[in-house]
Amino acid sequence: MENKEYTAKDFSSDQEVRWCPGCGDYSILKQVQSVMPEIGVDKEDIVFISGIGCSSRFPYYMNTYGMHSIHGRATAIASGLKAARPDLSVWIITGDGDSLSIGGNHLIHLLRRNFDTNILLFNNQIYGLTKGQYSPTSEKGKKTKSTPMGSIDHPFNPLALCMGADATFIARTMDRDPKHMREMLKLSNDHKGSSLLEIYQNCNVFNDGAFFGMTDKATKMNQTLFLEDGEPLLFGENKSKGIKLDGFKPIVVSMEDTSADDLWIHDEKDRVKAGLLTRFFDDEMPRPFGVFYSEDRMLYEDALVGQIEEAKELKGKGNLDNLLKGSNTWSID
Amino acid sequence: MTQETVEKVVIFFAGDSGDGIQLAGSQFTNTAALYGNDLSTFPDFPAEIRAPQGTLAGVSGFQISFGSTEIFTPGDECDVLVVMNVAALKANLKRLKKGGAIIVNTDGFDKRNLRLAGFEDGENPLSDNSLSDYRVSEMNVTKLTRECLVDITLGVKEKDRCKNMFVLGFVYWMYNRTLEHTIEFLTQKFKSKPEVLEANIKVLKAGYNFADTCEISSSRFEVKPAKMSSGTYRNIMGNQATAIGLIAASQQSGLDLFYGSYPITPASDILHELAKHKNFGVKSFQAEDEIAAVSAAIGAAFGGALGVTATSGPGVALKGEAIGLAFMLELPIVIVNVQRGGPSTGLPTKTEQADLLQAMYGRNGEAPIPVVSASTPSDCFEASFEACRIAIEHMTPVFFLSDGYIANGAEPWMYPQTKDLKDISVPITTKTEDYLPYKRDEKLVREWAIPGTAGLEHRLGGLEKEAETGNVSYDSDNHEYMVKIRAEKVERIAEFIPLQKVDSGEVKGKVLVLAWGSTYGAVKTAVKELLADGFSVSHAHLRYINPLPKNLVELLSGFDKVLIPEINNGQLIKIIRDKYLIDAIPLNKIKGTPFEAREIKNRIKELHDGK
Repeated sequence: MENKEYTAKDFSSDQEVRWCPGCGDYSILKQVQSVMPEIGVDKEDIVFISGIGCSSRFPYYMNTYGMHSIHGRATAIASGLKAARPDLSVWIITGDGDSLSIGGNHLIHLLRRNFDTNILLFNNQIYGLTKGQYSPTSEKGKKTKSTPMGSIDHPFNPLALCMGADATFIARTMDRDPKHMREMLKLSNDHKGSSLLEIYQNCNVFNDGAFFGMTDKATKMNQTLFLEDGEPLLFGENKSKGIKLDGFKPIVVSMEDTSADDLWIHDEKDRVKAGLLTRFFDDEMPRPFGVFYSEDRMLYEDALVGQIEEAKELKGKGNLDNLLKGSNTWSID
Repeated sequence: MTQETVEKVVIFFAGDSGDGIQLAGSQFTNTAALYGNDLSTFPDFPAEIRAPQGTLAGVSGFQISFGSTEIFTPGDECDVLVVMNVAALKANLKRLKKGGAIIVNTDGFDKRNLRLAGFEDGENPLSDNSLSDYRVSEMNVTKLTRECLVDITLGVKEKDRCKNMFVLGFVYWMYNRTLEHTIEFLTQKFKSKPEVLEANIKVLKAGYNFADTCEISSSRFEVKPAKMSSGTYRNIMGNQATAIGLIAASQQSGLDLFYGSYPITPASDILHELAKHKNFGVKSFQAEDEIAAVSAAIGAAFGGALGVTATSGPGVALKGEAIGLAFMLELPIVIVNVQRGGPSTGLPTKTEQADLLQAMYGRNGEAPIPVVSASTPSDCFEASFEACRIAIEHMTPVFFLSDGYIANGAEPWMYPQTKDLKDISVPITTKTEDYLPYKRDEKLVREWAIPGTAGLEHRLGGLEKEAETGNVSYDSDNHEYMVKIRAEKVERIAEFIPLQKVDSGEVKGKVLVLAWGSTYGAVKTAVKELLADGFSVSHAHLRYINPLPKNLVELLSGFDKVLIPEINNGQLIKIIRDKYLIDAIPLNKIKGTPFEAREIKNRIKELHDGK
């Protein structure tokens, strides 16, 4: 079918958007709607599936097919949909509670199977819809309604977890950088396989400023690192700092006395280095944004359809009468 | 040697769970079926794959009743008990009728086995006269098997694995059966292992010849083919019939079958069977857990497939929330529950009918779901087909209830042809004019608009929705309306299912036995025998439990007493009492085993006599 000419408006449903004023979700919705006309897929072939949580209201606002399902199960529902309908463009909308707590199991299994789906993980490090309990990505010591003395949970590192599950595409972006987000959304869509895009999203009501250091003008240069395939790892004011590998140990160097040739050159296909990058997760290293890792691997749905075709070739297309009859029969007159 | 003709025989094969008892039993079954006997079987095995050898806990059994008359159950008492060791004898002697035959592998009665089975030093049932009421044929199966295989280079362990064939050959001789079907089966099974094949056939023949020449088997029996309705038959097991029923519904509706499942006893064989039939376009998906299995089925249904998930009670408990979602989304999925003994992990390999109320009520909120049940192994075909038909035509999740007894049991089946199957009309729409996701037709069914259809883009969800538009709505009047309309939609299915018939007996009388599920054979046998003795008793067997057939109330009112036998602590009876306010009488058995016909017969007699 010839692709239709769309504008962002075509992807906006007639439902009133009901997130809190100032919520980072608005930006994500806007970027997704503006990227949709560019992905070359007809609107009727796009499905958004979500679980439960603030972010999971998302499908209601998209004028595509969609399902707002139950807590944690969007990934499992999307798996069945993609297995049944490999032709569809399937997007999964989930949050840190939805995909890393109650739905953690389905997330890792979707990733290892490598269904061609796009997962947008809105990480705001808090439970918003239930009014402010700590989440599996909240930092240790976090004081919330359910942790008045501070959280004693060690938080998940979502991208390290997804690397562990052998995800074939891992990337990170943030709500306050629309341009970067659009680029990441397009790359997620282009990837054949499960793409996991973590989006740092500010919950201005229950966890305002969680990513402040990475978004505020005064600090963001030193606290963020934007990855470009084939390019050296540079960050800081005027790219004045770089990252070099000493064995497996990343070290921050000043570019005043280092040549760019000596720096760590980002390679999206390098699994080991991608693993190291996901571990840039404390205050000592800048937080990476961009595509960490990308790999081509057999899609589950292709293998599934392949076996069906193979079975049809070997045994011929199923004949119900033969199946009913079985291999041994006897007659009574 | 004498040769006697008998009408019906019940054989119980028993041994260690590694002795190949299930295989010997199923081979005997197939041979009897192909010979034209009517039959019914009941495998009974421990939950452990290889339970401790020689112990009572490790005994695996297989019961078959076959005959020249109609057979509805695997039989109450056995005529023949085949035991591979002393534990098998100890665990099952109570099944054998007085004067019955015992075929004994003496090798399983050595010191070690006697000790493991809990006998004191020096005690041995073979030598202490305790079996004097029975006809005992002793043979050292292990020794005879090894001797017969001296020329074969297999290891002792592998040789010993052929023991079941010796016993099977022996029993084949006793009942005048040919070895051909089993040899054919072995040839297929061991295609790539010629030595193992040769060994098995050799031992099978050795067992047969041993019976023919030795003096311990004094009698041979003839069980003539049964006078069954004319037609062509095959042998079928319940789980197999369920799988075929699902495929048939997929073919008749033109929808792809997506089957999401997580392995669980006793439902896994449906997954195994379906995975074999990918050439029907079946997409079988072994999910990471029970919740993912049902969720994937919902996703597939949203995409326009027939979504099915199968499990047992514990799995249904996990799926509850997602089933509620499917109910809310009004998408067609079928949830197969092959029930087993509960609660919790319960008795995984034993049978029970204790998940009916779970199917009826086991969800949050008001979420009535149609329930269809199967009564015999072959009935699993029609009942699972019906579950799919209702799901698709009425856009609703449907429960299909089977249980461990019929799932693993087998019987002859006069299988249908495709042309005899009902059509299934699919409410998929492509019309864009006036489409609203929750607009309903006269059946109260909404249209199914699937992704890929331009102009019908819409959003579904678990939140309460506004009538017709499907938009999220928290309006209180709308909620009450929607709860009632969803319930009414399920109730209205009663217009599209057959009226309840009486299976045996008159439509009016003293006692009606109202039953459901796998109690069918036992109730049928009991009622038929009592009818022959002149009792005023009838048997009605429910396939559709939600909604119940429209004429049931009228049928119930034609009897003085209604007896409801169930393999649970009383579940259907709660529904019947609630719905019709009648004083139905329960008969419950919760032992992990099916009813015996005589148990039901005795209760009917008491009721009939005013007790």
